[in-house]
Amino acid sequence: MTSVSEGFPRGTSRQGGLRPGGGTRPMQWSQLFCPGTLAVLPADSWLYPAAGVSAMIAKLAKTCTLRISPQKLNFILSDKVASGGVSMWCELEQENFFREFQMEGVSAENNAIYLELMSENLSRALKTAQNARALKIKLTNKHFPCLTVSIELLSVSSSSRIVTHDIPVKVIPRKLWKDLQEPTVPVSDVSIYLPVLRTMKSIVEKMKNISNHLIIEANLSGELNLKIETELVCVTTHFKDLGNPPSASEDASRDRDPEQMAEVHIDIRKLLQFLAGQQVNPTKAVCNIVSNKIVHFDLLHEDVSLQYFIPAFS
Amino acid sequence: MKCLVTGGNVKVLGKAVHSLSRIGDELYLEPLEDGLSLRTVNSSRSAYACFLFAPLFFQQYQAAAPGQEALRCKILMKSFLAVFRSLATVERSVEKCCISLGGRSSRLVVQLHCKYGVRKTHNLSFQDCESLQAVFDPALCSNVLRAPARVLGEAVLPFPPALAEVTLGIGCGRRVILRSYQEEEEADSTVKAMVTEMSIGQEDFQQLQAQEGVAITFCLKEFRGLLSFAESANLSLSVYFDAPGRPAIFAVSDSLLDGHFVLATLSESDLHSPALCSPELRRLAPPLQAHSTPHLDDFANDDIDSYMIAMETTADSEGSRAVPSISLFPGLRPPCSPGPYSEDNEAEAGTQPETPPPKKFRSLFFGSILAPAHSPPGPSPVLAEDSEGEG
Repeated sequence: MTSVSEGFPRGTSRQGGLRPGGGTRPMQWSQLFCPGTLAVLPADSWLYPAAGVSAMIAKLAKTCTLRISPQKLNFILSDKVASGGVSMWCELEQENFFREFQMEGVSAENNAIYLELMSENLSRALKTAQNARALKIKLTNKHFPCLTVSIELLSVSSSSRIVTHDIPVKVIPRKLWKDLQEPTVPVSDVSIYLPVLRTMKSIVEKMKNISNHLIIEANLSGELNLKIETELVCVTTHFKDLGNPPSASEDASRDRDPEQMAEVHIDIRKLLQFLAGQQVNPTKAVCNIVSNKIVHFDLLHEDVSLQYFIPAFS
Repeated sequence: MKCLVTGGNVKVLGKAVHSLSRIGDELYLEPLEDGLSLRTVNSSRSAYACFLFAPLFFQQYQAAAPGQEALRCKILMKSFLAVFRSLATVERSVEKCCISLGGRSSRLVVQLHCKYGVRKTHNLSFQDCESLQAVFDPALCSNVLRAPARVLGEAVLPFPPALAEVTLGIGCGRRVILRSYQEEEEADSTVKAMVTEMSIGQEDFQQLQAQEGVAITFCLKEFRGLLSFAESANLSLSVYFDAPGRPAIFAVSDSLLDGHFVLATLSESDLHSPALCSPELRRLAPPLQAHSTPHLDDFANDDIDSYMIAMETTADSEGSRAVPSISLFPGLRPPCSPGPYSEDNEAEAGTQPETPPPKKFRSLFFGSILAPAHSPPGPSPVLAEDSEGEG
């Protein structure tokens, strides 16, 4: 792979990443090298989770935030709409994906880079990499700050083909970082494993035609219900025998009646948006309900963890 | 005119119509001695496309009834495309396609003979028209590259479907580079577009004759029209080009047909962009006007009944924004099918006419320029020129 021998500047200054305001500043390079392989990468290859996540995010929101830190890569969606925003927190451990990973943040205490970009761009760039022999991601400044994704494609002929995507990014200043931190997982009343997401999606899709107001409820006996109620009709779908993960708080779960449902009223469109993006069934999928407050979905796709929060109707 | 297409060729014909529909809204159908030609031009006159199907492509081909002049016509692309709308259905169920013009009907009749005895007849209204022909000679272009359509198809895959323009050039190390072209945005534009670049080694090309650093920018959407045809027919696609600003010629051919798409390219204004080793191209003044460029000599040519569409070269008041020109002269055919006028062609092919006096052209255009011997028979008066002249 030709990119390995390429030199690149490391930590040319104490300043990390890019400072907002543009202009010519010393650039920090963060280079992420991905393992090379001479085989055609199938859909469930190492790259798929990252490409799949970015494709899913592209369906959820136009822009997303990418947080780069020494151990992790995070995709963050933060909706600041006052009436009840939805937010998503997605995490990848960089060592599971990249052969080489170097970055340097603003300072030792604030060792992270926050970038805002168009999710569609990243999704398209990673989609090209489905048949990649090698992939390299760099922070560059080509007239404007960019995340440059360079992909060496597999080619039947002797010469290689190289695709380069320059994704314009906006560097998020440190003062805004506080709004982009990992949301605290709420103490839930009920924690339950989700049914097959595709099934759930087709049901929710049909329900959306009847009402925008969905009630999601579950108990500690492995039962989950999706309900919509209108003047003319009530429709409920019952899922049984789903199983409940072992509770974090033993006391709370022992006190709770296993049959008692915890429910949240949510906007069905937000749930559908989330389900529509799930192409593949995750390794693990848990739903945590805080009565009348919030629904928290906790998914694990291979080595990518995904958390999605839907607040109750206010 | 009467021709019969059978078997897999029906789908090929349908695919060609789909390609042409990416360019223009009107289809010019002209049966010639060396085959049936389907041509179109776009509304801004910056793209011209032509498919010529040789007589052997058809099970039966009769350009004109014996003793009669060949009829030619212009139909709405939408109407003709509707016949071949679903290529999957065409492939699955159509056994024969018969196209006829003239005779009893004052319509262009397209009859599809399908499985189970089903017959679909389309009667399309048409307008008589002059011959739409372009003058271009790939042999005069200094740069050419040729590759299997599959290679070029893979090359454009990373680009977003909505991307309007792309720059094709030769980069360092004889690599062929395709890069998304963005118009210059306002300085304060907060939403910058993603730039995608694809670099292919020369080994993937069957022919590459071009200098390093040369590059042209053209409309990707229009190019995709020919590319998808070439991919489905598994043909090689050749690109002939010159300096930026001169039209680029994209061609496919096999023993039964050939296709040419002639697209305008952006003219350059400054030279930098080290990565591509090529000029950075700036926005072209849109759209090209439909004024035509008369070379008065041409009216003395034999086939005066053909009219001209020319894409002009104008010097924009701001300076060097030259619009590329394709001059269409009467009676001249593309060199791929040398006809009796080929000797005349060589002198005029590829000439860049000067800015025409529009009024003068119009007055010539609207008048009767038909030599009586060549006037097409037919009940409908020739009305096409008016709308063409207004552009």
